[in-house]
Amino acid sequence: MNAAVIAGCVIMAVPFAWMLFGSLKPTSELYSVPPTFIPTVWRPENYAALLERVPFAQYVFNSFEIAILVVVGQLISCSLAAFAFARLRFKGRDVLFVLLLAAIMVPAQVLVIPQFVLFRQLGWLNTHLPLIVPGFFGGAFGIFLLRQYFMTIPQELDDAARLDGASALRIYWHICLPLSKPALAALAVFIFMGNWNDLLGPVIYLTDYAKMTLTVGLAYLQGQYVTDWSVVLAGGVVSVVPILLIFIIAQRHFVEGMVISGLRR
Amino acid sequence: MSRIATRSLETAGHRPASRHIREWATAAPFVALPIIGLVVFVGYPVVASLGFSLTRWNLLGPPEFVGLDNYAKLAGSPMFLQVLGNTVTYLVLYVPLAVALPLLLAVALNQHLRFRSLYRAVFFLPVVTSTVAIALIWSFIYNPDYGPLNQALAAIGVDGPRWLADPAWAMPAIVIMSVWKVAGYNMVIYLAGLQAIPSEYYEVASLDGASALQRLRYLTVPLVSPTMFFVLIISIISSFQVFESTYMLTQGGPLNSTTTLGLWVYQQAFRYSNMGYASAIAWVLFLLTLAFTLMQLRLQRRWVNYE
Repeated sequence: MNAAVIAGCVIMAVPFAWMLFGSLKPTSELYSVPPTFIPTVWRPENYAALLERVPFAQYVFNSFEIAILVVVGQLISCSLAAFAFARLRFKGRDVLFVLLLAAIMVPAQVLVIPQFVLFRQLGWLNTHLPLIVPGFFGGAFGIFLLRQYFMTIPQELDDAARLDGASALRIYWHICLPLSKPALAALAVFIFMGNWNDLLGPVIYLTDYAKMTLTVGLAYLQGQYVTDWSVVLAGGVVSVVPILLIFIIAQRHFVEGMVISGLRR
Repeated sequence: MSRIATRSLETAGHRPASRHIREWATAAPFVALPIIGLVVFVGYPVVASLGFSLTRWNLLGPPEFVGLDNYAKLAGSPMFLQVLGNTVTYLVLYVPLAVALPLLLAVALNQHLRFRSLYRAVFFLPVVTSTVAIALIWSFIYNPDYGPLNQALAAIGVDGPRWLADPAWAMPAIVIMSVWKVAGYNMVIYLAGLQAIPSEYYEVASLDGASALQRLRYLTVPLVSPTMFFVLIISIISSFQVFESTYMLTQGGPLNSTTTLGLWVYQQAFRYSNMGYASAIAWVLFLLTLAFTLMQLRLQRRWVNYE
């Protein structure tokens, strides 16, 4: 058992180490037979080459901009909705909740064509708007995750505040949100990761190099510089580092989020 | 007496309505954004894409209504049969591996507590990384001449296949990468399920002389079967939608051997601007997903234990 787990870890980790070391080799060494793992010639200039050949810093900025704005939008819109589903009573509430969750069943392929047509009519093609704006209108995953968490907050806290004359918005803002930091953090990590790593959206909507995100940028870099593989690998490393840092810092929240949303399904 | 009766009739008729209005007035600011989102980004697109699927439309002129022509064209298309076959191949290879391997990993990991969070973090590396970055690595691993995989095979005297360049091996290669990427995610889902099983069960089974394999088959699997069912469903759904891995590794080649339904929709819509045809394919994909999911919901009674 122990050996199996360790072997599994090696299989998971070695390709990443290979990418890191590969990005620090000259390309010719990548093609050497037999292959080297640790570079015999170190070539950190590969990273400088990235900045010279493509607007790589711009890609990084664009990816951050889009992912952070969607996180903000999702935190606002999903927490508001989750509060209503966990705490308020109104006609049609449960039907609305089921409809929101049912939306998960619809494949992206069905939605993406009419959405493209819609954003085209709005004149939003080749802008970041189609990637950001929908984030401000809620999402089934976030609403579900936060609702599950809000349900665990004792109702007595609300009741006491209500007796003191607090409005629903005040209860949401002063009681529910401060007590839900772990769930909000988990959602933020999930949403950031999903958008940072997204490929389909940016591929469809973005055509100018200056507007691209890291994922599309890398996909094109791979097509363009097939001859200079170590530079492409350097791009890969740059794209992976932020998400790994966030994961290492927020690992606990990440797993909690999966448990909250998964266990009570 | 009669006045009281009238009043109570009135309250029965009117007060709930005004209460509904008051309750909605409170709830509206909270649910307005998701309701708009649901209508604009899900409801309208579902209806519109069904409508588009009945048209021929290349985005230039107005859509031209063609009835069920796109579906008829699909039914008679050899490419559709091939794409469907590719998708089923992916599903048949991917689903058992994505369901079983992570369970074994979780069982192994559940037993030692010492470095569990470190191990879990390592298994999560591919989960948090983009398919784009991962495909960069694996396209090199699979390089038939210089890739470490074939060089390692050559070292033990095996002449490795041409992987992504060979129509017979490209799909298995994509599946291997996908299982590698998803293993940690499914494993964490299983770990949550496993931790709900009281350890006394295992102690009793061990005392009764059950082997590790028997404990897995007769204790672990039935007790985590609801989790297994969940993993099975998400694996099936993701199989029908495969896009990123085939887009990055093969673009559907060689000889269309890795064009999956998810990739084909993208190609028809955004490379060839066949919006109507692409919408029809998307709907076939949707219906197949629903059919497979419903079939599994039916079959679950035979093997899933809900206590």
